[in-house]
Amino acid sequence: MFRPSDTQRLLSHRTIRVRNFSGLLRRLNIDGPLLSGLLLICAFGLLVLYSAAGESSILLINQAVRLGVALIAMLVVAQLPPDFLRRWTPWAYAAGLVLLILVLTKGDVGQGARRWLNIGIRFQPSEAMKLAVPMMTAWFLHDRQIPPKFGHLAAIAVLIAVPTILIAKQPDLGTSLLIAASGIIVILLAGLSIRFIVGLGVLAVPGAFVLWNFMQDYQKQRVLTLLNPDSDPLGAGYNIIQSKIAIGSGGLFGKGWTNGSQAHLEFLPERHTDFIFAVLGEEFGLFGVLSLLALYMFVIGRGLYIAIQAQDTYSRLLAGSISLTFLVYVFVNTAMVTGLIPVVGVPLPLVSFGGTSMVTLMAGFGILMSIHSNRKLLPH
Amino acid sequence: MSLLSPIKDHHSERRLFIGRVILASIISFIMLGVVVARLVQLQVFDHQLFAEKSQGNRVRIEAVPPIRGLVFDRKGRVIAENLPAYQLELIPEQVDDIDDTLRRLAAIKLIEPNDIPRFIELSRGGQQFKPVTLKFRLTDEEIANFAIQRPRFPGVDFQPRLVRHYPHGGLFAHAVGYVGALNTADMQRLDSARYAGTSHTGKTGVEGSFEDSLHGDAGFRHLITNARGRQVPASNRELLDSLPTDEAANPGSNIYLSLDLDLQKVAFNALEGRRGAVVALDPKTGEVLALVSSPTFDPNLFAVGMSTGEFRGLQDNPDRPLFNRATHGTYPPGSTIKPMLALAALETGATNLTRKTVCIGYFQLEGNEHRYRDWKREGHGPVDLHDAISQSCDVYFYELSIDLGIDNMHEYLTRFGLGSQTGVDVSGERSGVVPSREWKRTNFSDRDNQRWYHGETVIASIGQGFMLATPLQLAAAVGTLAMRGDRYRPHLVAAIEDPLSGERQAIEPDWLGNVAIGNEFYWDNVLEAMNDVMQGPRGSARAVGTGAPYKMAGKSGTAQVVSIAQDAEYDEDELEERQRDHALFVSFAPFDDPRIAVAVIVENGSSGSGVAAPIAKAVMDEYLGYSHVSAE
Repeated sequence: MFRPSDTQRLLSHRTIRVRNFSGLLRRLNIDGPLLSGLLLICAFGLLVLYSAAGESSILLINQAVRLGVALIAMLVVAQLPPDFLRRWTPWAYAAGLVLLILVLTKGDVGQGARRWLNIGIRFQPSEAMKLAVPMMTAWFLHDRQIPPKFGHLAAIAVLIAVPTILIAKQPDLGTSLLIAASGIIVILLAGLSIRFIVGLGVLAVPGAFVLWNFMQDYQKQRVLTLLNPDSDPLGAGYNIIQSKIAIGSGGLFGKGWTNGSQAHLEFLPERHTDFIFAVLGEEFGLFGVLSLLALYMFVIGRGLYIAIQAQDTYSRLLAGSISLTFLVYVFVNTAMVTGLIPVVGVPLPLVSFGGTSMVTLMAGFGILMSIHSNRKLLPH
Repeated sequence: MSLLSPIKDHHSERRLFIGRVILASIISFIMLGVVVARLVQLQVFDHQLFAEKSQGNRVRIEAVPPIRGLVFDRKGRVIAENLPAYQLELIPEQVDDIDDTLRRLAAIKLIEPNDIPRFIELSRGGQQFKPVTLKFRLTDEEIANFAIQRPRFPGVDFQPRLVRHYPHGGLFAHAVGYVGALNTADMQRLDSARYAGTSHTGKTGVEGSFEDSLHGDAGFRHLITNARGRQVPASNRELLDSLPTDEAANPGSNIYLSLDLDLQKVAFNALEGRRGAVVALDPKTGEVLALVSSPTFDPNLFAVGMSTGEFRGLQDNPDRPLFNRATHGTYPPGSTIKPMLALAALETGATNLTRKTVCIGYFQLEGNEHRYRDWKREGHGPVDLHDAISQSCDVYFYELSIDLGIDNMHEYLTRFGLGSQTGVDVSGERSGVVPSREWKRTNFSDRDNQRWYHGETVIASIGQGFMLATPLQLAAAVGTLAMRGDRYRPHLVAAIEDPLSGERQAIEPDWLGNVAIGNEFYWDNVLEAMNDVMQGPRGSARAVGTGAPYKMAGKSGTAQVVSIAQDAEYDEDELEERQRDHALFVSFAPFDDPRIAVAVIVENGSSGSGVAAPIAKAVMDEYLGYSHVSAE
């Protein structure tokens, strides 16, 4: 199970190179280009984090340790063949739901929300759902007809909606929307008719009204603040205003590493977590942010390439979803920090300070690597 | 779960999936394209705007208060200066338990227990890194005491600052005035840009009137501050290099007074703490040489700040130490106006130099039984104008007043500057009263009171009744007598000095005109009579002037206290003391080349020649350099 047959086959063909580096990567089911992209992002991220955290090496070491843990998680997950993952998917999903219910009843409260579960270590079950939901959706569609029929769609909708609602109730709107997105992406990749998508879009308008009524006050405030940040420059609009000032004042090449006045003089809130992109923009300018975005694009592109290369429905849907959800993370965070969408509390993947999300992300990329190294080299 | 499920078409599924991935990639590009477009907008097109906002965020402009100009006397001795003093400050964010800290500070008597609630409020209200001043000026003992205990009070420390200091205490309290903490009214009145960072402003005297010159202009310093307004140390050069240049504060101008420290001391000491005032001026220029009001107070109390109790003590003191008697006190001038009335009578022909009146001790108006008494009960006998001045015969002037008439009296006394402000360069002086028919008509509402009575003319001739004058007015008037009619605006400030260039701009004498009594013969006679007051064989103040090494002229005055404040605080003896006449004396010297004119008033001093004249003499002696001679 942990020794995929194709790797053995490749090894037998290229014994001379067994001991070289790419051979080693292959033996470990690691995709070199993907790993390179991820490490570059992480390295860049650590660089920015050091400055954003007020040149604190404690925070940097902390983040590096988390990164190490996340990389190990990736390595472990990469050893799990897609078939194995697929078989265990319903169980993982069910376990995730149980944990979410436990969070709502027994979870730890932090920052006004009940998101954490303490079973020896504190963690957020919603993080596990970030992978479990697309896995479950892909699992459901794996041996059903593609594009999915309407009845199947309804079932998938329930599979996505239940965890989404449970997480939204914590409340954690950002994560719940991302999880919903990861499931919906699977459906879209599975060939949901364009007409249906358009129809849903039309329905979304009244849906937005309903959603508005269900939103918490702070969530409504975030939307209102986005529409007019200057209405409350010292209150809710402060983050967006300061973030825009930071990015805008960075110009083409930035103020230089550790010289961002917005970040270092504490004008920019959440500068080492959700708003770290603004620190990057301030200190490295347009050149810096485009470099990071290019790295993200490379990783996403590689992920989509792996999805296309995948041989079975589950693998390709899951690989596609993981890659595109990663894009959604990047988009939501950068759009939020640049004031395009409301502040929803989504970290910049692999760069923002924080543990669990990094492990989840890397585990996701581990799945991608597993899928890639387990693809069947069939003649096209 | 078999891959070979019959209903699945793997090739078409793969094609469909690739199509969707391509579609997703296009959408991804569009999404990231939007973000990139936004970044280009922020970082390229709006860069300038955000760069300025970022600059505005971090750069705080802090005002640097100017150093207040110094005040010197006419010989360059310091009258008002700025001294570093230590103040006790508490930085709220560095103190764990503010209540406890304040209680312990009160226990070692550094602060008043009553002030604790106020300090707690101040500590909680402001920015936590901004110090709260607990005490403005620490004594050396307090500093030493606190220095030992400092480790017990983290977050509490003493800091130096400049405090206005008046080295001569109360000596110049009324002339130079004092500075006090800016209040709301000051804030509205003053230019906020010039006063940014200033804590005190001139309130009274020269400090108040020359505030504009003394204050200077605030400078500006650019500080790098973080989001909470705290200053960031200049360790990071990148953050500092684009700062705008600072603007240094422009120190206030120095002021040279015409007042003389020694003369001021002599005048003040001569009053011996009695309620009264002395004004001495140079009749040739109007320069005020001494301006003393007694009792006085310590102006340093205002500069440092005093407790409500201390202030109330000053305010409620029945001797009114805060009251500037020299410019704000109005008194019946008494006989001090007689020389002026004599000139008026000569000029208008109401009398002549040879006319004699037999003084029998009182005067009666025709058809009226009322006796207007002379101060000398038995009368002066036959007196002419010269005698009437030198011996201060009231009856002569009673009689003369009927011929002169109140409106002529008003006209000529007004020419001497009585009844209107002298225009001295410190604000707030009173104008006094020189009554006339017109004045009575406009100042009384009752028809009976609006009428002018002959009796009122009679008592006006000896400076009683409605007539009121300030000591400053009397000094100016006797100066005009000394100058044979030339009037100069009295002023306390002699020169204003630019502290940077050292350039001194002198205040030129301001000639206000002449009283237009042209006959020198009249002047000779009246002034000779005034000389005889002090140095003649029968002069009323000959005890003071006889034997002096220089020739002088003067005129005493004794003013009845018309109304008495029925203050419950006084016992019978004291009430009696306060019913006594005010003692006045005006004089000038040297006779032939007048250099100093003096007016003295001693409230309830009883005798002008006996109490006030020696004070005037002492001042003249000092100024003319005869203090040692006369002391023997």
